[in-house]
Amino acid sequence: MTILIITVYFAVVLVIGALGSRLFRGTGEDYFVATRSLGPALLLLNLFGANMTAFAVLGASGEAYTSGIGVFALMGSSSALVIPLVFYFVGTRVWELGKRRGYLSPIGFYRERYQSDGLGLLLFVVLNALLIPYLLIGLGGGGIALAQITGGQIPKWLGSLIIVAVVLGYVAYGGMRGAIWVNGFQALLLLILGGVACWVIVGQLGGLESAMSRLAATHPGLLVRGDRIRPLQLLSYTLIPLSVGMFPHIFIQWLTARSDRAFRLPVAVYPLCIAIVWVPSVVLGVLSRLDFPKLPAGAANSIVVRIVQHHAPGLLVGLLAATLLAAIMNSFDHQVLAVSTMFTQEIVLHYGFRDRLSEWARVLVGRLFVVGILLVTFLLSLVFDPSLFKLGVWCFTGFAALFPVLFAALFWPRSTKQGIAAAVLSVVALWGWLVVSQWRSPDYTLGGTGILPVALVLAVSIAALVVGSLLTRPPDGATLALFFDREGRDNRERP
Amino acid sequence: MNRRGIRALLYAALAALYVLHNDLWLWNDPRLVLGLPVGLVYHIGFCVAAAVVLGLLVIVAWPPWTASAASGEGERR
Repeated sequence: MTILIITVYFAVVLVIGALGSRLFRGTGEDYFVATRSLGPALLLLNLFGANMTAFAVLGASGEAYTSGIGVFALMGSSSALVIPLVFYFVGTRVWELGKRRGYLSPIGFYRERYQSDGLGLLLFVVLNALLIPYLLIGLGGGGIALAQITGGQIPKWLGSLIIVAVVLGYVAYGGMRGAIWVNGFQALLLLILGGVACWVIVGQLGGLESAMSRLAATHPGLLVRGDRIRPLQLLSYTLIPLSVGMFPHIFIQWLTARSDRAFRLPVAVYPLCIAIVWVPSVVLGVLSRLDFPKLPAGAANSIVVRIVQHHAPGLLVGLLAATLLAAIMNSFDHQVLAVSTMFTQEIVLHYGFRDRLSEWARVLVGRLFVVGILLVTFLLSLVFDPSLFKLGVWCFTGFAALFPVLFAALFWPRSTKQGIAAAVLSVVALWGWLVVSQWRSPDYTLGGTGILPVALVLAVSIAALVVGSLLTRPPDGATLALFFDREGRDNRERP
Repeated sequence: MNRRGIRALLYAALAALYVLHNDLWLWNDPRLVLGLPVGLVYHIGFCVAAAVVLGLLVIVAWPPWTASAASGEGERR
């Protein structure tokens, strides 16, 4: 039954992808940013879906199983406030500049904003280096989920391979067009099925009140934050969602909007979507303690799969599998497409092939990169299997610490390429040192204080950016006019 | 109140939400409310409050650099 539902799910995804791809116009701009045509509903579903990885379903429930309800305040409700604000302040401005200047990826924007190929290359390397582990979270999570749900009938490697093949099916042909329609469908599934699974299982446990009362008697520490989460940890965790601004796939998603008005729905509704997806994950995570009182740390990541199998085998297990796959593929496909876009636009075309490649050839190059990235990610996923949550948090830390780079580029005319480079290099050095020195530590805080490493790396990044910019020559007025003077921008639009 | 005042008020409300996210007073409170731990219920309510403030921001104080705000559309609604 489970394998049948998974098969049907993949077939539906491929059909939707094929239908979406029929709208594909055959141009590079359409392949990479859907000719900037997304309305509010699709933009909301795609932005939300692209942010919900295996992390939100597997990682959140696993962490709730281990640490209790506090995980929702840490990552859920803090994202509910910070991410829409990033859309409001940063996303709308990125969209406006992207529309006027024809940007297809963040690299092109930074390169023109600071008139520097070297800075573009530096950011290309750093953003991709941080994105590839994030890709592995998706693929690794997908393989684990399929193996767990099917009781090992689909081994992890085969599950990852199937996901790669399906994503290849709808992204390689239709590009962004294929991805946005599939993701719209998958985000809807994610919003509906998690709640359904939670409702059914809580019913099996005798109702919410009864189940929580039993949990209060056996594991009271899971209902409070207690010593598991510290106040400074909660405060500094609110910096992690800033990472959304630096995700290349989210930047590119912003560029797909039809107008700035399309951002209104995502800004206003995003907090509710977060609650709808995260709360069932967290509730199932803590209630799993009733049936599985003591699992080893590594097994906690699949706790939601275990509890669904335990209480509602058959149809619900298949639907859970569909939910997990929706969460995983929703972000995975956009990330793959983002890496392909950056390679094609900012390396192949920028360095010599822009005039030599037709629109058709540009699309072909993009497709070849999609195939290559999927293959490499799959091979890496076979040998790379760290804790999903831990890996995700470290990736988010790196992206969040780079957020001042984007903010300064958009809002601080005095920022210079040297200041930006200083910020990026400081993040690379400090983040790398922290990852190496703290990887084995079970406590992801600075010296056991409760302060997350992101606070330190972000502070150093801001300091390097400000000092580096103020010590170097200001950017020239003509360049600044392109970005900060409405009339200047209007007069210098790209042909 | 003029537009600038409303915008400032909404920004202040966002700052207040950021502070209220740190619910130290519920840290060790094990009570159940509506069947859920009170600390979880509080943060669900926080998400709803954030949606309300952001909804108002979208309706009456759309970012001034956008084309729709420049044309007055964002402020009109």
